[in-house]
Amino acid sequence: MLPVQNQVAVNVRDLVKQFGDFTALRNVSLAIKDNEFFTLLGPSGCGKTTLLRTIAGFEHQDEGEILLFGDSIAGLPANQRPVNTVFQNYALFPHMSVLENVMFGLEMLGSSKAEARPLAHEMLELVRLGEFAHRKPAQLSGGQAQRVALARALAPKPKVLLLDEPLSALDLKLRKAMQLELKALQRETGITFIFVTHDQEEALTMSDRIAVMSAGEIQQLGSPKDIYEHPDNVFVAGFIGETNLLPVSVDEITNGHAHCHLGGGHKVICSAVEGVAVGNDVHISVRPERLRMSAQPSDQQSLPGTVVETVYVGSDVQSYVQLNEGPLLTIRTQNSALGKQAIFALGTQTYVTMETGAARLLQD
Amino acid sequence: MEHSKGAAGAVTDTYAKERVWLLMPTWLMLSILVVIPVLIMLVYSFLTKEFRGGVIWEFTFAAYDQFFFDRGLFGDEPVKIEWTYISIYWRSIWQAGLATVLSLLLGFPTAYYIATRPQNSRAVWVFLITIPYWVNLLIRTVSMKFLLRENGPLNDFLLMIEVIDEPLRLINTALAVQLGLFYSYLPFMVLPIYASIERYNFTLSEAASDLYATKFATLTRVILPSIKPGVIAGCILVFVPSLGAFLAPDLLGGAKNFMIGSLIEEQFKGSAGNWPFGAAASMILLSMVLILLMVFSRQQKKAQPQGGQ
Ligand SMILES: Nc1ncnc2c1ncn2[C@@H]1O[C@H](COP(=O)(O)OP(=O)(O)O)[C@@H](O)[C@H]1O
Ligand SMILES: [Mg+2]
Repeated sequence: MLPVQNQVAVNVRDLVKQFGDFTALRNVSLAIKDNEFFTLLGPSGCGKTTLLRTIAGFEHQDEGEILLFGDSIAGLPANQRPVNTVFQNYALFPHMSVLENVMFGLEMLGSSKAEARPLAHEMLELVRLGEFAHRKPAQLSGGQAQRVALARALAPKPKVLLLDEPLSALDLKLRKAMQLELKALQRETGITFIFVTHDQEEALTMSDRIAVMSAGEIQQLGSPKDIYEHPDNVFVAGFIGETNLLPVSVDEITNGHAHCHLGGGHKVICSAVEGVAVGNDVHISVRPERLRMSAQPSDQQSLPGTVVETVYVGSDVQSYVQLNEGPLLTIRTQNSALGKQAIFALGTQTYVTMETGAARLLQD
Repeated sequence: MEHSKGAAGAVTDTYAKERVWLLMPTWLMLSILVVIPVLIMLVYSFLTKEFRGGVIWEFTFAAYDQFFFDRGLFGDEPVKIEWTYISIYWRSIWQAGLATVLSLLLGFPTAYYIATRPQNSRAVWVFLITIPYWVNLLIRTVSMKFLLRENGPLNDFLLMIEVIDEPLRLINTALAVQLGLFYSYLPFMVLPIYASIERYNFTLSEAASDLYATKFATLTRVILPSIKPGVIAGCILVFVPSLGAFLAPDLLGGAKNFMIGSLIEEQFKGSAGNWPFGAAASMILLSMVLILLMVFSRQQKKAQPQGGQ
C-alpha cells in the first residue's frame, strides 16, 4: 500500500508551553507529513523534548493545538493517543523480560497473551533481537536496550513514532550503524518518525526534513540540503555544519545581487535576500569547503591574505587564512584534490576565491 | 546474604583476607545478642518448671506438650488437642495480619504522596511521620487508651457532632487492639515503601501510559512490581512486631483479647510464671516467623533475573 503523499500526520499550531515564568515553546507551528522522517534539531534546552512530550500527552500546552491526521488530540490523555515514544533512557520495564516489554502495549490495547506473543516475536526479529526475548533489560548492552525500546514502541503499530535522542547514549560506531538502521526501519514500516537530536550531522544524515529550533522557536524548516546550503539566519548557519560567519556591510543592491564589503574593504557579491537593505550591517556565511586558495588571484574577487595555520584532519586539510586587515577564514580542501600540490606553508601570501553562490547573505 | 548477581565466581575479592577481620565485630555482636539468647531459650524450653518461677535441669517435652495437647501425648488416654494456646496464636496472626493490611492501605498512598513531593519538602514530611515515635511506645499506648475510653475525647467528639447517641464501648475490644497495633507500627510501613518509591523511575509510568496502560494497569503492572521489595519489607516490619506485641493487647484489649506477646510475658512474671512454657511459646513464635520469612525470600529470589550466560 502506498502511503498518501503529503497528507499531514501531525499539525502543530501556535503551540505555547510555559513552566512558571519560563516559556519553553513560543508559538511553534509545524506540519509533519505522513510517512516522513522528521527531525527536531537544536541545542540542549531549546525545547525539543518539551515539544515531543506535548505531542505524546505528557505535558499540556498553554496555548495552541495539535492535530493528528486532522483531529485535535487536546482532550486525549497520553494512553489514548495513537503515538508511541522511544525514551531517551529507554525506560524499559526492569521486572519484565524483553518479550514481555514488547508485548506490554499490545496487551494494554486488549490483545491476549497468546495473540501478543507472536507479534512481539516478530518485532524482535525486525530489530534482530530474536534470541534475546527471554533476557531481562539489565542483561542487555546499550545498543540492544535501544532496539528493544524501538521494538516495544513499534509493536502497537502507532501512527507516529516519537524518538527523543535515542542514539545519544551509544558510542560513535554503534550510533552510525543505528542511524542507518532507523532510517531503513522508517522506510519499511511507513510510520511517521519525529526524531529529536542535538547532533546536526545525525539530523542531516537521517531526515527527510528538519526543523531547527532555538530558545523555544522554530528557526528554519526544510530539507537537509536546504538547511545546509541556504540557511535563513545566523543561528542556523552557525549551528549546522562548520561555516565562516563574516560581518558585512551592504553597499549596493542591483539585479538581485548584493554588493557588500568585509572588514578591511574586501568586496563580496552574493544573492540579495528579503529583509536586507543597502546600508545594513549583516553577516554572510561561507562554508569552508567552498573556498579555494591559489598563489595568484583567479578573478577580481579573489581576496588576498596570509596562511596562519594548517591542520591535517585525515581526509581533509584545514587552513586558516588571515585576510589583509580583514577577518580570519577557515578553508577546507580535500586531500585528494590537493594531489601533489604542496600544502600552503605558514606565512605564505595567498588568494582566497569563493565558489559562485557560496556566500550567503543572512538576516541576523 | 545475597551476593552480586551472575559472575560472582569470576570476581576476585581484593580484600578477602581483611574482610574476615572487618566482619569480626558484626559476628561477635550477632552471636552475643542473637544466637546465644535464642540458644538459651531453646534449652530452657526443654527444661522442667520449678514452682517459684525458675527451672530444674531435667530434660522434658512438657512445655510443648502443654502447648499443643490437653491430655498428655505420653499418657494412656487418647490424644486431645489443647485449643487455648493455638487459638491465642491464631487470633494474634489475625490481628497482626489485619494491622499489616491496614497499614499497607494507609501507608502506601502516604508514602506515594511523600515521595512525589518536591525534593526539599520530602524530608519535612518524613520528619512529621516520625515525630510521634520519639515518645515511648508505652506512653503512646496509654494515651490511646485515654483517647478511646468511654468518656474520652473521641466519644465526646462523636457525641458532640451527634453521630452517636451514647458513648461507644471501644476500650477492651479487638478493634482497640487493632487501632493500637496499626498506630504503633505504621511508620515501619511508610518508610521502606517511601524509600523504594523515591528510587522508582517515574519515566516508567510515562512509558506505561504511552503504551496505552490505564492508571490502574500502570499501578499494578509497573509501579507495584518495581517497588515490591519495599512493600514486602514494610509488611514484614509491621507484621512481625505486631505478632509479638503485648502493650497494645494488654492495655487496650483486656483479658479477652490476649495475644502471643501477653501470653509469653506472663510466663516470665513472678511465681505464677512458667519459664519453660514461655520459652517454648517463644520458640514456636520464632519458628513461625522464620518460615514466613523463608517463603518471602524464596519468592523474592524467583522474581529476580537469573544470573547472566
Ligand atoms: N518540568 C519542567 N519544569 C521547568 N522547566 C522545565 C521543565 N521541563 C523543561 N523545562 C525547561 O524547558 C527548557 C526546554 O527543555 P527541553 O524541552 O527538555 O529541552 P531539550 O530537549 O531541547 O534539551 C529547558 O530550559 C528546561 O530547563
Ligand atoms: Mg531533551
